[in-house]
Amino acid sequence: MSTAASTFQHDATAAAADRPRRDFIRFALSGYFAKRRVTQDAYGDWQAARQAAAEIKFEAVNHLDTYLEEFTRNAEARGTKVFWASNSAQARDYILNLCREKEIRSIVKSKTMTSEEIHLNDALEHAGYGVVESDLGELIVQLRKEAPYHFVFPCMHLKRDEISATFEEKLGSAPTDDPEELTMIARRHLRQEFCRADLGISGANFLIAETGTLSITENEGNARLTAALPRIHVALVGIEKVLPKLADLALLLPMLGTAGAAQLLTAYNSLYGGPRQPGEVDGPEEFHIVLLDNHRTRLLADPEQRDSLHCIRCGACLNVCPIFKNVGGHTYGTTYQGPIGSVITPHLRGLQDWKHLSNASSLCGACTETCPVKIDLHHHLLQNRRNAVAQKPVGWEKALYRGFVFLMNRPGLYRLSGKFSPLGLRLQAVVQGTVLDPLRAWTKTRDLPPAPPKTFKQLWAERRAGGPR
Amino acid sequence: MSEGAPRSDAAAILGRIREALRLPAKPAGAAAPGHAPGSAEIQPWLPHVGPTFDDRVAAFAAQAAVLRAEFFRFPTLAAAAHYVRDLAAQEKWDRAATHDAPLPRALLAEGGVLSWNVAEGYDKQALEAAPVGVTGCEALVAQTGSVLVSSRASGGRALSVLPSHHVVIATADQLVADLPAAFARVTAAYGKDLPSLLSFVTGPSRTGDIERILVLGAHGPKRLTILLVDEAA
Repeated sequence: MSTAASTFQHDATAAAADRPRRDFIRFALSGYFAKRRVTQDAYGDWQAARQAAAEIKFEAVNHLDTYLEEFTRNAEARGTKVFWASNSAQARDYILNLCREKEIRSIVKSKTMTSEEIHLNDALEHAGYGVVESDLGELIVQLRKEAPYHFVFPCMHLKRDEISATFEEKLGSAPTDDPEELTMIARRHLRQEFCRADLGISGANFLIAETGTLSITENEGNARLTAALPRIHVALVGIEKVLPKLADLALLLPMLGTAGAAQLLTAYNSLYGGPRQPGEVDGPEEFHIVLLDNHRTRLLADPEQRDSLHCIRCGACLNVCPIFKNVGGHTYGTTYQGPIGSVITPHLRGLQDWKHLSNASSLCGACTETCPVKIDLHHHLLQNRRNAVAQKPVGWEKALYRGFVFLMNRPGLYRLSGKFSPLGLRLQAVVQGTVLDPLRAWTKTRDLPPAPPKTFKQLWAERRAGGPR
Repeated sequence: MSEGAPRSDAAAILGRIREALRLPAKPAGAAAPGHAPGSAEIQPWLPHVGPTFDDRVAAFAAQAAVLRAEFFRFPTLAAAAHYVRDLAAQEKWDRAATHDAPLPRALLAEGGVLSWNVAEGYDKQALEAAPVGVTGCEALVAQTGSVLVSSRASGGRALSVLPSHHVVIATADQLVADLPAAFARVTAAYGKDLPSLLSFVTGPSRTGDIERILVLGAHGPKRLTILLVDEAA
């Protein structure tokens, strides 16, 4: 068993046994479900809106080269510097080089999962640059040296006393059990960082080809401050984020808010079209956009699963996923958790090492149903399973199925095996749960039902003979 | 850039994209290939706003209440100025931060509130400590209860987000029905030469990061006050 898979199995077992934490996660999400229903019901036609959103993303992703070139032309015309990075190393090098050239001393970041994907903080810290996460949830997990638990709600697994203890230890604040007071501790701390920082790093939710604009969706205002106060702003963005037209946002901004946070619009939906322009009061002297591939083109090359590049990272598929709710976000060991993470991680990091994520699914389809851009998530999990086996067949499974086919094609042999199976089951009952039990992975947490007194063939023969029903 | 500067990999990425797209994907849902809906099609699927001005005011007020933004409609600028004078006294503003725009300046002058202008340059710490930022806007969006601020109409990027209270003054003609109308207005006003910041501000700054419990004023303003004036003159 590979390392990622065995770690997953180990962590999933531990997380699933932690009943209080599971209850806490369910409770934390209950407000989202109640509010999402109300918000979604206010739409004239949510299903038509989903279809339209899927069509807009389909158009963009299936003409990605055209729209990225158009975006770059229009962004550069406004003085934005656009850098294309094939992989993590190129993106990191560009940002590190910028830090050196511009003699950066202090960096403030607003939430960007793409930077988690390329391990940007580690690289910056290794090079001697301090980086402060400014999103409240991201700050909390950064101070605790943890990974985000959920790519939209990074610290949803933590209780207020745990957060208070972290602030007490790292920021020297007095203990409190009031979420408002905890938020104000972070606000006071981070506002000083914002005034000091000379580089702001952000991600983006959308790129608009038509206008060369970057769009950021947030609630706290930290991304607004990141793009307003430091003298340089760098945005790190996956190539799949591009949309054709400015007006497309009239649909996608509310859908992102609704699916992601059960809000018709989040508090700040901001469009950035370059550095400070002539006649403007403030804003950065320089605005850089790093377009990141990092194996997204591999996903693009699979027409069957290309629609997973439609993802707007709302996180709704995590919220509804029974696996996510039981094994928790950290168990995945990926940048993107939940169903979308299970679909795309094998493409980004290698199918054989990450195929286990596609097996950790009940195939209930809740993810597909909730997705605002209609990604066929649960079928993609099935396709990953199929592709993994086609690429590298499992020896014992193949032998087992060959044996099964052999048996099923020989009625005499099949009848004979029926005679012996009650004996097999009795033997199994003796060794159940021990290392000798061939079914132990299943019977460890479940009882095998007793064998019925008669086989189907026997019952059928009796019925045909007019015997007891 | 220096000699060691990383080289942009545009050609390689575009090459991989074109190679990948040689195999066509199945169109999304039942859509015909190449079909992407326009604003007119999108409009009816979003939350509905009635056709009259009063419908828009009612929708905006309803959204503002849910968002915990403060929304007031006044017949004249003088009435709004009177309200701002009281607000200044209640909150003990020493000086209000504002910008180069006739409407916010007239509001503060008529209300007798001392002000300073960020357009003349500002100290970040001073603006951070300012009790209020008073700005104009591009539009109000009834559908979502949003204020559309911009770097041109709202005094740059920081004024509307750094002080702990944001007061916005808008006129009746700025209240649009919905998001498609807001985008159409911005495009009509600026074409492709958009202000470097456009932001839909929907309620005061908020977070639910701690136990998913709502707290206002995470980073941006704790209070958002929107003043709609029927007659600006």
